[in-house]
Amino acid sequence: MYLLVLLLPLLASISAGLFGRFLGFRGAALLTTSSVFLSFVISCIAFYEVALSGVTCSIEWMPWFFSEMFDAGWGFYFDSLTVIMLCVITSISTLVHLYSISYMEADPHLPRFMAYLSIFTFFMLMLVTADNFLQMFFGWEGVGLASYLLINFWFTRLQASKASIKAMLVNRVGDFGLALGVMAIFSVFKTVDFYTVFALAAHQSEAVLIFCNIEFHALTVICILLFVGAVGKSAQLGLHTWLPDAMEGPTPVSALIHAATMVTAGVFMIARCSPLFEYAPKALVVVAIVGAMTCFFAATTGVVQNDLKRVIAYSTASQLGYMIFACGISQYTVGVFHLMNHAFFKALLFLSAGSVIHSLSDQQDMRKMGGMAKLLPFTYAMMSIGSFSLVGFPFLTGFYSKDVILEVAFARYTWDANFAYLFGSICVALTSYYSFRLLFLTFIAPTNAYKSTVKAAHDAPFLLALPLFLLSIGSIFVGYCAKDMMIGLATPFWANAIFVLPQNNVLLESEFIPQSQKFLPLIATVAGAVIAYFFSVYSTKTSFALKQIPFFRSLYSFLNKRWYFDKVYNDYISKNTMSFGYNVSFKALDKGFFEICGPTGIAYSFPALAQYWSRLQSGLIYHYAVVMLLGLTMLVLVSSAWSVLENVLDSRILFIYAICFLFYNYYNSASRALGSTENLEK
Amino acid sequence: MVLAVPLLGVTALLFVPSWKTQTIRNIALNSSLLTFLISLLLWIEFDSSSAVFQYTNGICSPSGFSDVTLARAASSSSFSALNFALGVDGISLFFIILTTLLVPICILVSWNNIEIYVKEYCIAFLVLETLMLTVFSVLDLLLFYIFFESVLIPMFIIIGVWGSRERKIRAAYQFFLYTLFGSVLMLLAILLIYFQTGTLDIEMLYLSDFSETRQCILWLAFFASFAVKVPMVPVHIWLPEAHVEAPTAGSVILAGILLKLGTYGFLRFSIPLFPYACIYFTPLIYTMSIIAIVYTSCTTIRQIDLKKIIAYSSVAHMNFVTIGLFSQNTQGIEGSILLMISHGLVSPALFLCVGVLYDRHKTRLLRYYSGCGQTMPLFALLFVFFTMANISLPGTSSFPGEFLVFIGAYQNNSFVAFCAATGMVLGAAYALWLCNRLVYGVSKPDFINTWSDLNRREFFMFAPLIAGILWIGVYPEPFLDAMHCSCIYLLYAQ
Repeated sequence: MYLLVLLLPLLASISAGLFGRFLGFRGAALLTTSSVFLSFVISCIAFYEVALSGVTCSIEWMPWFFSEMFDAGWGFYFDSLTVIMLCVITSISTLVHLYSISYMEADPHLPRFMAYLSIFTFFMLMLVTADNFLQMFFGWEGVGLASYLLINFWFTRLQASKASIKAMLVNRVGDFGLALGVMAIFSVFKTVDFYTVFALAAHQSEAVLIFCNIEFHALTVICILLFVGAVGKSAQLGLHTWLPDAMEGPTPVSALIHAATMVTAGVFMIARCSPLFEYAPKALVVVAIVGAMTCFFAATTGVVQNDLKRVIAYSTASQLGYMIFACGISQYTVGVFHLMNHAFFKALLFLSAGSVIHSLSDQQDMRKMGGMAKLLPFTYAMMSIGSFSLVGFPFLTGFYSKDVILEVAFARYTWDANFAYLFGSICVALTSYYSFRLLFLTFIAPTNAYKSTVKAAHDAPFLLALPLFLLSIGSIFVGYCAKDMMIGLATPFWANAIFVLPQNNVLLESEFIPQSQKFLPLIATVAGAVIAYFFSVYSTKTSFALKQIPFFRSLYSFLNKRWYFDKVYNDYISKNTMSFGYNVSFKALDKGFFEICGPTGIAYSFPALAQYWSRLQSGLIYHYAVVMLLGLTMLVLVSSAWSVLENVLDSRILFIYAICFLFYNYYNSASRALGSTENLEK
Repeated sequence: MVLAVPLLGVTALLFVPSWKTQTIRNIALNSSLLTFLISLLLWIEFDSSSAVFQYTNGICSPSGFSDVTLARAASSSSFSALNFALGVDGISLFFIILTTLLVPICILVSWNNIEIYVKEYCIAFLVLETLMLTVFSVLDLLLFYIFFESVLIPMFIIIGVWGSRERKIRAAYQFFLYTLFGSVLMLLAILLIYFQTGTLDIEMLYLSDFSETRQCILWLAFFASFAVKVPMVPVHIWLPEAHVEAPTAGSVILAGILLKLGTYGFLRFSIPLFPYACIYFTPLIYTMSIIAIVYTSCTTIRQIDLKKIIAYSSVAHMNFVTIGLFSQNTQGIEGSILLMISHGLVSPALFLCVGVLYDRHKTRLLRYYSGCGQTMPLFALLFVFFTMANISLPGTSSFPGEFLVFIGAYQNNSFVAFCAATGMVLGAAYALWLCNRLVYGVSKPDFINTWSDLNRREFFMFAPLIAGILWIGVYPEPFLDAMHCSCIYLLYAQ
């Protein structure tokens, strides 16, 4: 039954993708949606059995490949962490499938779209149910592929095509790290099974590993390499550039892949590997710092973006930063809790944004919206719920995880946790600012939309509204309902799924921090909202005047241009690689050096040489006699003075000589050829 | 028996008048398919729990070839025994199957687009098949050398006669020059081996020892020959030229089989015969391979000729194989054999895709193509699939091989694995770049104005490749199972 969770989306995807033209629009949509829904139902049963009843389940299906000691199988492992991810993935996926039926109804490629969504669901489920690193890698790359295909769904658009390449390539850099991590794990543990590796983690905590010819603490290297994978997939600082660009894909895709599920795979992976990370404190510091910096970077950038979806995308990156640094300070459960909550309210935000975009004739620029509250009251309500939940308004879903993250960061008195706490707190205000700015610009501020768009605007039809409504319920209640289960003190929920060293657990400590610290996020939120109101509705002139001041102007463009990350990557990395590929390796070496030393050089120099030497054949006996005499003298000389000559006739010198010889002849004959053409011209 | 069928086909073809092109094609196709079936029988009957050469006296002897001693009258003393003995072990088995699989596809792909010298064309392919099968199964060093070189002749003719442009003469010249250059040294090395051991039978040679210096010299001589075939970097420039000028079927064979001759040679001779030299020269191989991977991947990004892109990417992949071969552990060697098989499926598939486009539009320049997905959805699906196989996405055939190679290299030297793994990123760069420009985007009706998706013949020529790629990707056990014993024997028997 557990395998059915995986099998259903796969079968649905294959039938909708390959036989979509026989199934038709309705058939493909129904088939995929219902099978994902069925797999949601089964995941719920699995959740009951595994998480609530505490019966973990492991299935060895069949071998994949093994060679000597290396053994990777197709196996599945269901523990609390897995089933909570299963529920999140299948529920969001079902709703997004449902939403897409209506959102994409005018698209001629609907079956293909549904097939992609289902195959994505399959790969994501593979990722979370894997019982070894290699199978997780299978899912990991598979979701990357699905993401690539879905970003590129409207493939005639150049921007979509570029974004898809970027997404896959940047992810590939992460996968490079992850693959090396798996290799390092194999070389230390001689296995890639989760159970074995985690069971041996404590035993290997002192092991050393030679990586790139330098000796390191083994687990630190492994964890940092794995974290590079997470950085790629979860769009952390450095490899985040693909996520905002991925918004070129259809909006349901952004909701499912680039907000709720795929980008959280990195967090899942860190939580899954918690036994490794716990014994690598230095790696945890790196995780925490990178997470906090991402959180800050993305929030500052999101503040000044004008594209509706990009704001939410940066918000996603920022929230991912929260999750990652929660893991970095060893509070994996809190990170996963935030992951689940975030899935609901961020999917809600994206789908509402999709509804706005849909009703405004595909307008995404917030500057060309405004005053939509009256036209789209339902969407406005949904978006507000999502935003309030996101900023951590008390007693909504986001509040229960986000505030806890800040509290545990405060309660862990190490420098990296302090750093994370500082950045996290600043980001609360920023989050509030950009969320409310988005709400105000889209729904409240005086409208800037075209008359024709406004006229055609309509609120969400039933099929769009239903998923929104369900998600809004999730965004309000999930945090409250699941808090004690997932991050309550001494909850038995996680069983062996997540491992935290006793000295690293600060959940209890966080209950005893000063009361003022607990209120701080709320104050920051309100302040952010007020400033957003001031700048985007009350006095837009002030914000305009601010932008005229040179300092703020440059700050604005710095933030708006995303801290120039893309520019640096494009100008210094891509461009140089490309020019190396053409100018150096192709033009100078392949078509230049190697050709001259190889076939062309031989073709040029040998005839010239032959001509030159043929002059020796003079037919005069004394010429030959001289040559013979010279040769004999040389022979005697060389054989008698060999001990001296030996040092001169080094093989390397001879090699250089041979090359010079070829070049010399090449240029000689080339210049001769040039001379002859000049003669002809005369 | 496997060898005899294509030869019978050739004999039959000789008696068919050359204007009956349809009959000729049918005969060629059927005889190559029959060979394929028989080679599958080999696999079914193969005993994977043994490392010795099988079928040495079994299936082969009824055809009357095996153990025929070619007595040479002229030199009765030294060259008296050239054993034409054939045998298959877990290493060569899959190369044989790969060969027999690709030849029918080659004949199928040129069903319509080869119009001149059809009879000669089919004969050339069947002869080529026989020669390649012999190379993979012969158990005598000198005979290996002879067939190894004679494979060049039909290939040279195929490029030179049925190539597409005037430049083909130059390509054929480069191809011949490079491959011949290496072989001369190898011949000398074979003589030296013979003078020391007095035999050229592989199984006997496996038992003999060479002094360390001599091993190094011999290894270098063999290396000169094999490196050209792989190809390693300074001597790779014949490959893009030859690929671009060869007809599609020629490219398929070139990428699918001929490139494997070099690595097969390493596997069959260099590693078991010269274990000391192998360890001694491992850094050399690693350095050259890593340079090749990074270098050709970077070059590939900027190419605009479809065939050149795939040719350069083949160079990169074959250098992954060499890294695996010299990692001195089972994972590396098995991984590289698996990667070779996989590359023998993926790279020909991509060349076939290019051939499909070329048949329709008569150009191979990327800049004329765009948006094939709009008018050729089936082709687009296949092309994306093969591209993903090319960047070794898990689930496709390249992944198990490539990952095992990495695992093997990592255990030997993690820095090598690190550098080689950059090929993952660069490989994705050029493959996706190609795929997006070709399949996605807006179509350009000014240049591309015949629209037809794959026809039935083309679909059937892709179908076995797709099946193979998925099979090896998801369940490579049958393949690995057959090669375990031979690989372990290869590594630890000495």
